[in-house]
Amino acid sequence: MTRIFVPKDAAALALGADRVARALADAAARLGHVIEIVRTGSRGAVWLEPLVEVETAAGRVAYGPVAPRDVAGLLEAGLLDGGAHALRLGNPDGIPWLARQQRLTFARCGVVDPLSLADYRANGGLAGLEKAIALAPADMVEAVKASGLRGRGGAGFPTGIKWNTVRTASADRKYVVCNADEGDSGTFADRILIEGDPFTLIEGMAIAGLAVGATKGFIYLRSEYPHAFATLNEAIRVAEQAGILGDDVMGSGKTFRLEARLGAGAYICGEETALLESLEGKRGVVRAKPPIPALQGLFGRPTLVNNVLSFAAVPWILAHGAKAYADYGMGRSRGTMPVQLAGNVARGGLVELAFGVTLRQIVEDFGGGTRSSRPIRAVQVGGPLGAYFPATMLDLPLDYEALAAAKGMLGHGGIVVFDDTVDMAAQARFAFDFCAVESCGKCTPCRIGAVRGRETMDRVIAGESPAAHLALVEDLCELMTDGSLCAMGGLTPLPVLSAIRHFPEDFGRGGSLPAAAE
Amino acid sequence: MQRPEPWNAARASEIIAGLSGLEGATLPILHALQDAFGHVPDAAVPLVADALALSRAEVHGCLTFYHDFRRAPAGRHVVKICRAEACQSVGGEQAAADLLSRLGIDWHGTTADGALTVEPVYCLGLCACGPAALVDGVPVGRADADAVLATIEEHAP
Ligand SMILES: Cc1cc2nc3c(=O)[nH]c(=O)nc-3n(C[C@H](O)[C@H](O)[C@H](O)COP(=O)(O)O)c2cc1C
Ligand code: SF4
Ligand code: FES
Repeated sequence: MTRIFVPKDAAALALGADRVARALADAAARLGHVIEIVRTGSRGAVWLEPLVEVETAAGRVAYGPVAPRDVAGLLEAGLLDGGAHALRLGNPDGIPWLARQQRLTFARCGVVDPLSLADYRANGGLAGLEKAIALAPADMVEAVKASGLRGRGGAGFPTGIKWNTVRTASADRKYVVCNADEGDSGTFADRILIEGDPFTLIEGMAIAGLAVGATKGFIYLRSEYPHAFATLNEAIRVAEQAGILGDDVMGSGKTFRLEARLGAGAYICGEETALLESLEGKRGVVRAKPPIPALQGLFGRPTLVNNVLSFAAVPWILAHGAKAYADYGMGRSRGTMPVQLAGNVARGGLVELAFGVTLRQIVEDFGGGTRSSRPIRAVQVGGPLGAYFPATMLDLPLDYEALAAAKGMLGHGGIVVFDDTVDMAAQARFAFDFCAVESCGKCTPCRIGAVRGRETMDRVIAGESPAAHLALVEDLCELMTDGSLCAMGGLTPLPVLSAIRHFPEDFGRGGSLPAAAE
Repeated sequence: MQRPEPWNAARASEIIAGLSGLEGATLPILHALQDAFGHVPDAAVPLVADALALSRAEVHGCLTFYHDFRRAPAGRHVVKICRAEACQSVGGEQAAADLLSRLGIDWHGTTADGALTVEPVYCLGLCACGPAALVDGVPVGRADADAVLATIEEHAP
């Protein structure tokens, strides 16, 4: 019997992985081959999906991207023995796009059966939790601190410091909450991890629970990810049965349980206090801080809120040591960042690399330029609240401080590529539009400012005294930056002002005004 | 896609009772009601409020805050199309405009025969293979109007 690995990751499904799996099963049955199809997650090379791998005597052999119509030819070419074919990529670990990455958090993704604990253990899983159980909570927190890990959800706050605040808070109960709202457009690392290697998140949250003294954890997952939700619930069930979650976490005598909850299509529920309101069953309206969630969070109890990728980095840190993690990176950005390369790019997907790599290396070396083969004109880094940079600024390093100094932000690590047909005035208008649609409505600069900004951009685009209206936009941005309660209103000016600053020719300032996209 | 059941207060109360023990049960209950009935009618609001000891205004406020919850039935098929930046960069707006004009509807609209509703979403996490759509929960990458309509055909009950 030959084992064939076909991803069931949502992006692979979007590119026909189910049809390929069916075609393989049908053709094999017809030809009398005995095969077992294992559904994995994705290795993150979305441009090669569906990426099919075959287990042979000489190790795994990859083929991709495979379409259903390729299947007959592949079997004829000896797919089951790793035979030669135009789509043959050889050993998947040797595919340069993957081999040149530094996979710490995503080492298992696409390799293992996401719901097999045997696979998980065989590939280094649970070593971190085992080490953690032997440590005092303060030492677990110390390891996270020493690793230099910063929050991967957007704000880049030092994870160990937050853990310590929750650890030292006293209360009748505490919570651990995973922010899996992944609302930033252009990002999908949380999704790929949950679909492809959910036990890593569960292990990281269990370590967090032991470290801060919480017995209950929630994972708040966006409803746009139905496949991830199904995999996550199943993984939690498997982990409970195996005693990784429950009354006696891996024999530690400590309790930790997990529950996954679905969001309901509100971007603002990615903001941690709105998320907590939503988990409590209320409208997702941002809370004023203080009190910080670490002291008064879910149901008023001390609550550790971290992004999926922050929790998922922890098992590796505990297993391999804080120093090994901190040895990657530059400056105050330590470890690796799972970058998500998206949009108009030839070779998009998940690229995990140590901090310090330049945007150009990611967009050109990994991305291979645009999918449309036209010149790159702009990249947006850090989601809908992130800045637009022109192609001339691609030598910026991937580093929290360097991007902030360039009036941008790393956010959750999304990089969206645009070719030279992009109309930056339309993108600036969209930033206001998005803020108007998704504002929670609590404060005026954001609720009203976004609507005014959109109207004013409409005037600019229509060519009505653009200079005067742009001055208004800039004033409005200053007001939103200074006067908004949270980063939704506070950072919407980033994409707007960066577009105006770096692409003045699209705003009627010099050069002709391109037609609006809408 | 599973056909929604017709509204039935007894069945709704049963669903609500099954979930009301959860911490912060409002969203799980609203999701479960929408899964069963295809939408959350106003008649559900007092039932949820009573079960969770909330005011009707609180439940109503929650129901109307979130984009996901529908207060009226949708078409037999629901197509969610991404309108966010990564999909814009590969022609998503044009693809969506094509689909809408072929169907003769606008965003949030349902075709006259009740077959299909089109809703905007901001990112489906399929940003490296956009334009992206979710057709009755089935992801479609590098989508255009033809691909969306073909997916409906393929998965039609
Ligand atoms: C408008 C807005 C949206 C956000 N969306 C997310 C999100 O989708 N996922 C996330 O992890 N953090 C998001 N954040 C950041 C969270 O508020 C919070 O900083 C984070 O969850 C903390 O986890 P970390 O320290 O591990 O990054 C958002 C913040 C704002 C202001
Ligand atoms: S800035 Fe916007 S999203 Fe944030 S609290 Fe104010 S209104 Fe709500
Ligand atoms: S931006 Fe369209 S799927 Fe993410």
